[in-house]
Amino acid sequence: MKLANDQDVTSIVMSEIDNVATLLKEVQAGESLQYVLNGNKFELTAKQPIPFGHKIAIKPIQPSEYVVKYGQVIGAAVVLISPGEHVHVHNIEGIRGRGDKKKGDKQS
Amino acid sequence: MTMIKGYRRPNGKVGIRNHLLIIPTVVCANHVANRIQQSVPDSVAIPHQHGCSQIGEDKDRTFNILAGMGKNPNVGAVLLVSLGCEVINAKELQEVIQQTGKPVEWIDIQDTGGTINAIQTGIKIAKQLSNDIQKIEEVDVPLSELILGVKCGGSDATSGLCSNPALGKAADVLLAQGGTIVMGETTEIIGAEHLVAQSAVSEEVAGKLYACVEKFEKEVERIGADMRGGNPSPGNIAGGLSTIEEKSLGCISKAGTAPLKDVLSFAEEIPGNGYYFMDSPGNDIECVSGMAAAGVHMVCFTTGRGTPTGNPIIPVIKITGNEHTAIKMSDNIDVDTSAVMKGKETIEEAGQRILETVIRAAQGELVKAEILGHQEFSISRISISL
Repeated sequence: MKLANDQDVTSIVMSEIDNVATLLKEVQAGESLQYVLNGNKFELTAKQPIPFGHKIAIKPIQPSEYVVKYGQVIGAAVVLISPGEHVHVHNIEGIRGRGDKKKGDKQS
Repeated sequence: MTMIKGYRRPNGKVGIRNHLLIIPTVVCANHVANRIQQSVPDSVAIPHQHGCSQIGEDKDRTFNILAGMGKNPNVGAVLLVSLGCEVINAKELQEVIQQTGKPVEWIDIQDTGGTINAIQTGIKIAKQLSNDIQKIEEVDVPLSELILGVKCGGSDATSGLCSNPALGKAADVLLAQGGTIVMGETTEIIGAEHLVAQSAVSEEVAGKLYACVEKFEKEVERIGADMRGGNPSPGNIAGGLSTIEEKSLGCISKAGTAPLKDVLSFAEEIPGNGYYFMDSPGNDIECVSGMAAAGVHMVCFTTGRGTPTGNPIIPVIKITGNEHTAIKMSDNIDVDTSAVMKGKETIEEAGQRILETVIRAAQGELVKAEILGHQEFSISRISISL
């Protein structure tokens, strides 16, 4: 398996149902980047500077909507996240291991 | 068949290293144990914080880990250093380790008459033990004898994208050759446990796995905090990992695709060949120490951020998928898989390079953590000190 077979591909989407991509290089605000989904190449403009290895939204994610990477739920959005936005601890939260939330208060 | 080098112990088990291990039974004996170790080249010591003011499962854990370290086949002989009034029973510890057939000597600081006498007596005994184990000859053994721990620490986004999947490929090859893989870090399968459980050989094994995760999550609930910030750690977060679920989903690929044979308790002796999960903290040193005490020969440790972790008795191979870490921490990194991130190498090819490094280390080549002298060891706590 190859992660990226093209130097132009600057971010990677692990599964077709993901709503985030992982950056293979650091990008500046306004910089465009590419990802491959179902064999097609897509382009996206970063809205903020985003470090290497961090995530960028490739679809709009509504508040409380699941954030999906590897085709699996990695957390939930706490605000509306638009395509091109940095996705990280400032706008998503974990659902598991939340001792700070009372039992039954967890999102299902 | 791929062959490695080993030291056949009296109980038939094979070690890939031949250490003289000096074990303090209690924190009060650390200084004497360290001084003996410093005077006997090639010996290693495992100073720790525990051994007294402990009861119940905490006392058992300390005892089992110390016993497991002594029993690990990478250890050729053991010297126990006790104080004399602690909770850990040195005689019992000696008897348990002696069941392996290896020499186990014991000195007691109160009996011997204080620090100076204990150090002097200990050095004499340790020199003799060291001399004796040098005579044990290396033999060729099949790779199937190898018990490999898989661990990740100081993870970043590259861990889940390339170094862990590559390690998973190496794990698959080792298991196909009849070897053994042990994965730990219960906290770091939270959010991905359903995928690990899918590979379990039975409903019972899957149930054990879910029970381990539930126990940890209940403890986080009791503490009343969000586990984010502790795990994922500040370094994981700086590396792009936003939640424990994301980290876990990147973690689990390091064990490969084989069926999960069983779920073992912390530091429980590995019962046979195949793929096992050991219930353990995610904490690097506690997890690797638990693996060593369970009889693991070597650990493959992926790290995106870069961590120097070693162990006193088992080699810890460091693998990164982060090209910056590979350069900045080149003295710590054994295998760089970052070419996968650029599409210049396949995950299978990177996995093959990891396996080759494992085989060379199992044939006696020192890994970076051994060359640098990293010998971290710690015993996790369950309850309070009395």
